[in-house]
Amino acid sequence: MLDCLNIFVKSIFIDNMIFAYFLGMCSYLAVSKNVKTAAGLGVAVTLILAITTPLNYLLDKYLLQPGALAWLGPKFANVDLSFLSFIVFIAVIASLVQIVEMIVEKYSPTLYSALGIFLPLIAVNCAILGASLFMQQRSYSNVGQVFAYGLGSGIGWLLAIVTLAAIREKLAYSDVPKPLRGIGITFIITGLMAISFMTFMGIKL
Amino acid sequence: MNKEIFTKPLFKANPVTVLILGICSCLAVTVQMKGALVMGLSVSIVTALSSLLLSLLRKTIPNRIRIIVQLVVVSLFVILISQFLKAYAYDVSKQLSVYLGLIITNCIIMGRIEAFALTNKPWPSFVDGLANGLGYSMVLVIIAFFRELLGSGTLFGYRVIPSSWYVANGGFYENNGLMILPPMALILLGCIIWVQRSRMKELQEK
Repeated sequence: MLDCLNIFVKSIFIDNMIFAYFLGMCSYLAVSKNVKTAAGLGVAVTLILAITTPLNYLLDKYLLQPGALAWLGPKFANVDLSFLSFIVFIAVIASLVQIVEMIVEKYSPTLYSALGIFLPLIAVNCAILGASLFMQQRSYSNVGQVFAYGLGSGIGWLLAIVTLAAIREKLAYSDVPKPLRGIGITFIITGLMAISFMTFMGIKL
Repeated sequence: MNKEIFTKPLFKANPVTVLILGICSCLAVTVQMKGALVMGLSVSIVTALSSLLLSLLRKTIPNRIRIIVQLVVVSLFVILISQFLKAYAYDVSKQLSVYLGLIITNCIIMGRIEAFALTNKPWPSFVDGLANGLGYSMVLVIIAFFRELLGSGTLFGYRVIPSSWYVANGGFYENNGLMILPPMALILLGCIIWVQRSRMKELQEK
């Protein structure tokens, strides 16, 4: 239980998706103009991350890893399907996004209209695929840890996008040099935020 | 016509600095020139080939499932590239780690397919994909140049700043450690956009 909590806190602050790995940057920059939509997208990303990462972990463990097919019988013990992991992961993510979109549309039309175009766009958000690929690299030992990792990464992403959106809302009133207006200053702000998040790096969990 | 398709993505409609696509990998792989160059070339190849293939298929793909079809085609090429790099340039593929797989979700590729390849003939789509990939590589190489030169004093792994200059060897020079850390990539990209937009006034935002 404690290891899950460690992974959870670590993935929010220390291994933050945006500030440490730059994942999901495109939608992070494009959708951070106001806090409300930013929070909506953040929640959607967190939801999808918390579902897809454990799902891909199970697929990786029982289907793709070298020797993962041993449960089918000794004949399959040497099969290595790991080269298929990209295509399997992305297929899981794309189809899951589609399913979640349909479910949300059916049962919560208000949330659906609030998320709007962002839901389908999540399929190509690099943070989602990135989390699955990191999960594969870091060899977590059980589904609970992977779930903590997925959820934590999502919340870290949510935190980052809401903070940036809040700063950008205030920034509308300041006098920024013309060539730097809009996206240029956003990059520099994100850089400064990343520097402040580096203070978490020393924490060992 | 073809010439404009090729030159526009390099400067005026550069996918990274103007359209703000494909930022994730752009920042993460730019600690060294070698990784940046390999990444740029891989993205160029994948963008060009998947634009070509999807443009050939464009009349047969049902509109509703096109995103999944696009993802499958793109991941096919990414798997080929990553297997190739694993076989012939293992250390580079190790250095790029997950970012190689993340080419699949690189917005430049999906963006060009959606915006160009699905409505244009195969040959212009191929040129457009290639040019966008090269525009991306160019920004990558510029960032990597500054980060590697100022951060480690080397270029492509070869020492550029003489080692006798360093404080440790009795000189006056010290590497800027901040350059290697992630935040500096963001600030450098911000500066590149600054320079580009002060030259091209029509790109400035209000």
